[in-house]
Amino acid sequence: MLSRTADHLFWMSRYMERAENTARMLNVSYETSLLPQSAAAVEAGWEGILSISELLPAYTARYKNITPRDVMAFMVKDVDNPSSIISCLRAARENARAVRGTLTTEVWETQNQTWLEVNRMLKSGEFERDPGQFFEWVKFRSHLSRGVTVGTMLMDESLYFMRMGTFLERADNTARLVDVKFHAMQNDFFGAPQYGAPETESTQEYDFYHWSAILRSVSGFEVYRKVYRDVIRPERVAELLILRPDMPRSLHASLNEVVSNLKLVSHDANSDTLRHAGRLRSELAFGRIDEILATGLHAYLTQFLERVNVLGGRISREFLMPHAA
Amino acid sequence: MRQFDEMYSRLPTGDDAGDIRKHYEAYARWLNTQDPQAMASRREEAEMIFRRVGITFAVYGELDEDKNNEEGGTERLIPFDLIPRVIAAKEWKSMEAGLVQRVTALNRFIHDVYHDQDILKAGIVPREQIERNAQFRPEMVGVDVPNNIYSHISGIDIVRAPDAQGNGEYYVLEDNLRVPSGVSYMLEDRKMMMRLFPDLFSQHRVAPVAHYPDLLLETLRASSPATTAEPTVVVLTPGMYNSAYFEHAFLAQQMGVELVEGQDLFVKDKFVYMRTTRGPKRVDVIYRRVDDDFLDPNVFRPSSTLGCAGLMDAYKAGHVAICNAVGTGVADDKSIYPYVPEMIKFYLGEEPILKNVPTFVCRKPGDLQYTLDNLKDLVVKEVHGAGGYGMLVGPASTKEEIERFREALLANPEGYIAQPTLSLSTCPTYVDSGIAPRHIDLRPFVLSGRTVQMVPGGLTRVALKEGSLVVNSSQGGGTKDTWILQD
Repeated sequence: MLSRTADHLFWMSRYMERAENTARMLNVSYETSLLPQSAAAVEAGWEGILSISELLPAYTARYKNITPRDVMAFMVKDVDNPSSIISCLRAARENARAVRGTLTTEVWETQNQTWLEVNRMLKSGEFERDPGQFFEWVKFRSHLSRGVTVGTMLMDESLYFMRMGTFLERADNTARLVDVKFHAMQNDFFGAPQYGAPETESTQEYDFYHWSAILRSVSGFEVYRKVYRDVIRPERVAELLILRPDMPRSLHASLNEVVSNLKLVSHDANSDTLRHAGRLRSELAFGRIDEILATGLHAYLTQFLERVNVLGGRISREFLMPHAA
Repeated sequence: MRQFDEMYSRLPTGDDAGDIRKHYEAYARWLNTQDPQAMASRREEAEMIFRRVGITFAVYGELDEDKNNEEGGTERLIPFDLIPRVIAAKEWKSMEAGLVQRVTALNRFIHDVYHDQDILKAGIVPREQIERNAQFRPEMVGVDVPNNIYSHISGIDIVRAPDAQGNGEYYVLEDNLRVPSGVSYMLEDRKMMMRLFPDLFSQHRVAPVAHYPDLLLETLRASSPATTAEPTVVVLTPGMYNSAYFEHAFLAQQMGVELVEGQDLFVKDKFVYMRTTRGPKRVDVIYRRVDDDFLDPNVFRPSSTLGCAGLMDAYKAGHVAICNAVGTGVADDKSIYPYVPEMIKFYLGEEPILKNVPTFVCRKPGDLQYTLDNLKDLVVKEVHGAGGYGMLVGPASTKEEIERFREALLANPEGYIAQPTLSLSTCPTYVDSGIAPRHIDLRPFVLSGRTVQMVPGGLTRVALKEGSLVVNSSQGGGTKDTWILQD
């Protein structure tokens, strides 16, 4: 298949996945902000959202204060923010349009319909009336998009590049979420404190809501209960989201999918890209959470993000934008 | 002015229901029994489906990236009208024979122009009309192309106007031999009609058109210079911001071939390759939807990024087919159009089956004088104009507009031709106030490979503005399904 086609498919899936994860993150912050807590803690939570996506400078250049309303507007419907939900859905749709002939009718129409609908919803004020409902909608459009892809696309390279995009993006997004949320907890156990959350709120009860919010943002609350049959403990949350191969949004599960799809498109047994991905995956497969925590979660995740980024670059160079022969 | 309506031999007025032409009788009966509300909701349904499927086009001059943010910005729908344009089989038969004849002669002409130039030597077409034509490509002189076919896909615009007796007479208005577009609308309009009104198709024997992509692929493969059994065909598009991008993607998908952009191609040792995830793959046939000027920056416009450097070398070496061939524009220019009937006689020794519209060539002093004297009754067109731009419709213009055109005409007579204002036939069409007659034309798509063939029918365009004769989609035109009704 054309390299450019593969590139569009890869990025179409990445942007859709990114829109979903942004919606998940915003939704959980929106719900958490409804809990009784200090203004400083609320602000720290929303600031976390911005720093996850490395958007704090772009935000502060445009808005004076960090308020839930402004952060949500910036992350949902600001067309000048390339990571906003509207920008992601637009990019997903533009990439789809560029290769619409490669997609099944259902896949294309799902993408196009999502784009037409999101414009309608944002114009009509539906988002402001009920943000929770809107985030839920984005999530389900992404579910639909993945489902219609797996359910209708021929199982060939096109599908493999789309799947690779989805899971590479998911690995990146989950890692960022874990990084920021654990930092926000400023628990000595996980390294140096970063935010000045008031100590009076570091009660067990608050912890419960915080951790369960993180779990819910990756649809992991019931999964946690089922897997651990235990009260919610931070190190187990970290283990679930990083190392468990059976947790569909964990780093390990995402890398498994990246590697298996990469194998399907690789025609070079000595592919450096594949070697790089395989090594990253095996470290997750054989890693232990106590070791990771001992070296420092933040350092671990920072390095992970860097390596995912490098992997994306290698995929791009080997398959998507090869230089002229 | 005399009128000709496709459906009515006598248009309805007030309480008078008018007289229906025979081939429209069954449809008119059916239409009479339809609830107007139900038809209105069908129209909405059609629009919704077109939007969801993304059957859109971009409008020239509105490609403003910043404004692209909302609702897909510059993507517009072409209005689709529910009432089909119906042509009786016997009329189509003669039109089809005329199209085959005309396109065959045009291909012979292009070959001749780039080889022996017999028609110039015979004095039928003036030499300077060819050699001073901007569409004449000296690079093509002496170049042989497979089957001697240049225009593989030809879009011939046909209009109908009443003769002195009030009978409808078909005329060729224009030949489009470069990158004619619109065939996807022909196919999508039919799909839409069958989706909205399946019962109509059980009551009428409408000739099918859905096999067009198959014929197109057959035509393209037949043009391959390679001796391989499975030549690699690609569709070359300028990209997703081109006004006809939907059609490019649609045709590539329907034929099951790759849709490539210039950046996907490269030339090595005079062979063309595309960059794939498995390395370079040889390309044999390029169905290009990019104008000559942009095909190869080494030969034509150096700044173009839409084509591929070295393409012309590969083409001239006979290593790749370009469809349509480079240089076909020399035959579809409005200054060449008046000579087509002569070409048919010259190359084929036959009388033309399809008529030309009588044309005054302003480079001839006599014709210029006549044109200047009758501007208010004529349609004056720029020789190189397209899309309904740069023309004067005398009867519909103000005095100032006519005077402005007169100056332009005097300044550059060679740049213009003039034709009598034809009263294009009308067809009943849904408008805000109900159903009313609107002017239409027809573009059949003629395919030339080993044989010259076409699917029955074509794209019917309709001018939605009352009285307007301009059917172009960029100027408020819509489309209709076209039925060739078998007996």
